[in-house]
Amino acid sequence: MKKYKYLIARRITQSTVLFLFFAGNAFGWKILRGNLSSAKVFDVISLSDPFAVLQSFSAGASVTKDALFGAFIIFLFYAVLGGRVFCGWVCPINMITDAANKLRNYFQLDEVWKSWDIRRSIRYWAMGLSVVLSMILGVAAFEWISPIGMLHRGVIYGIGPGWAFVLTVFFFDLFAVKNGFCGHLCPLGGFYSLAGRFGFLRIGYDRDKCTSCMKCVDICPEKQVLHMVGRQSGAVISGECINCGRCVEVCDDDAVNFSNIYSKYIYK
Amino acid sequence: MMPERRDFLLKTIKSLGLATAGGLVWGGFIEEGRSAPLILRPPGAAPEKAFLASCIKCGMCVEACPYDALALAKPGDNKPVGTPYFIPRDNPCRMCKDIPCVPACPTGSLDKALVSDKVENGEIKLNIDLARMGLAVIDRETCIAYSGIQCDACYRACPLMDKAVTVEYMRNVRTGKHAMLAPVVHSKACTGCGMCEKACVTKKASIFVLPLKIAMGESSERYVKGWDERDEDRLKDVPEKVTTETPRSEKKPVDYLNEDVF
Repeated sequence: MKKYKYLIARRITQSTVLFLFFAGNAFGWKILRGNLSSAKVFDVISLSDPFAVLQSFSAGASVTKDALFGAFIIFLFYAVLGGRVFCGWVCPINMITDAANKLRNYFQLDEVWKSWDIRRSIRYWAMGLSVVLSMILGVAAFEWISPIGMLHRGVIYGIGPGWAFVLTVFFFDLFAVKNGFCGHLCPLGGFYSLAGRFGFLRIGYDRDKCTSCMKCVDICPEKQVLHMVGRQSGAVISGECINCGRCVEVCDDDAVNFSNIYSKYIYK
Repeated sequence: MMPERRDFLLKTIKSLGLATAGGLVWGGFIEEGRSAPLILRPPGAAPEKAFLASCIKCGMCVEACPYDALALAKPGDNKPVGTPYFIPRDNPCRMCKDIPCVPACPTGSLDKALVSDKVENGEIKLNIDLARMGLAVIDRETCIAYSGIQCDACYRACPLMDKAVTVEYMRNVRTGKHAMLAPVVHSKACTGCGMCEKACVTKKASIFVLPLKIAMGESSERYVKGWDERDEDRLKDVPEKVTTETPRSEKKPVDYLNEDVF
């Protein structure tokens, strides 16, 4: 059971958030109302998606104090926490892409044919493009096609043919690119990579305990952040780490652990 | 040129090309979905362009509506995805006095200022009668009241009875001895809530709400209604010489009258 501690915790967090939003609409619970774009907690605190607000602003909308304040809180929360905690612990699409990856490994698709080799930096281009397109078209561009919004709104208000968008992501990850959407394309992921760059929560790695079995690298959806494994001790510096903790639980040598930003000075 | 620099430049150009291509497809998709001129928005909605820019698709207005009249557009609804709308024939706006959907909006897409009277001490007072979600339009050919049958379903259903919908007594020329009690909509009062459309007894509603821009024409300010005492007041700020341009008036009458006559 030890090996799935964080995985289970993540699934519980993801579904709880989803359920609370659903209950907000269906049963009128006041804990969380709205959705991931913008929400109200106990009818008091406003929360907003900072990237959506940024796009809205680029589109030429006059952003209200409510939305701006809500976006600031969320931005601050993830920036201080660090990494892409949103992607790993809150975003509903994570469950879809993890399922695709699980199937991919189960059928050993990577041995049948090679995953397309696309660059992980596409997410930053997609992020820039979201802002530029928002400016040109006068609407929040990514929100228009976002499978995250599609799925999340879908669960709360009914999805309709929005399934097509979610399925596209699933099949893209299953057949085309390993960890394709979350690891390469998603502009929101790019946004949180930058936001969480200097945050507190980090994965720490201890070379002295490591037996170089590479289980952590194998399971990691963002392998590039673990470049130091087998080489030298240190903490994950990149904001691209989604802090899912899979590497921590698969390590049999206690060489990988949740740590903090200062640990890169502690490890030697 | 250093190989790294060449590599960097090449990669950048490649990415730029990819981004441009992606942007074109992406932008095209958005443009396609944006053309939904018949969509009816909740009360207090900003003009469509500003509305689309600011709406964050959170669904707070949908949750706030006690009658579940509002819905968020799903893909396949042929409406801007994730934005709120209502279909009057299914579930019209009940014109709540406190307009719960409007204060619920976090981004101001539903603008309180558009549905409130200005009060002296700076406090605003919501007034749903100021909403302009659309305008009810009557198809006289299928409206049974206009055929001489006594029906006042829409008139009775109207929350602004005798203001937005009135009944006009007309002589029924066909029979020569009956009256027609015909409903008439007044754009100055109609909020476009759609209660009339919901109430209409014909198979497909003979009174229905259209967005204002689509339902209304516009004439020059200088057509003054002489029978209205105060109508001339409108001319105070209108310049002396006003010309109305239409697609036809751009050509000389001699030209357009002789064109395409075959």
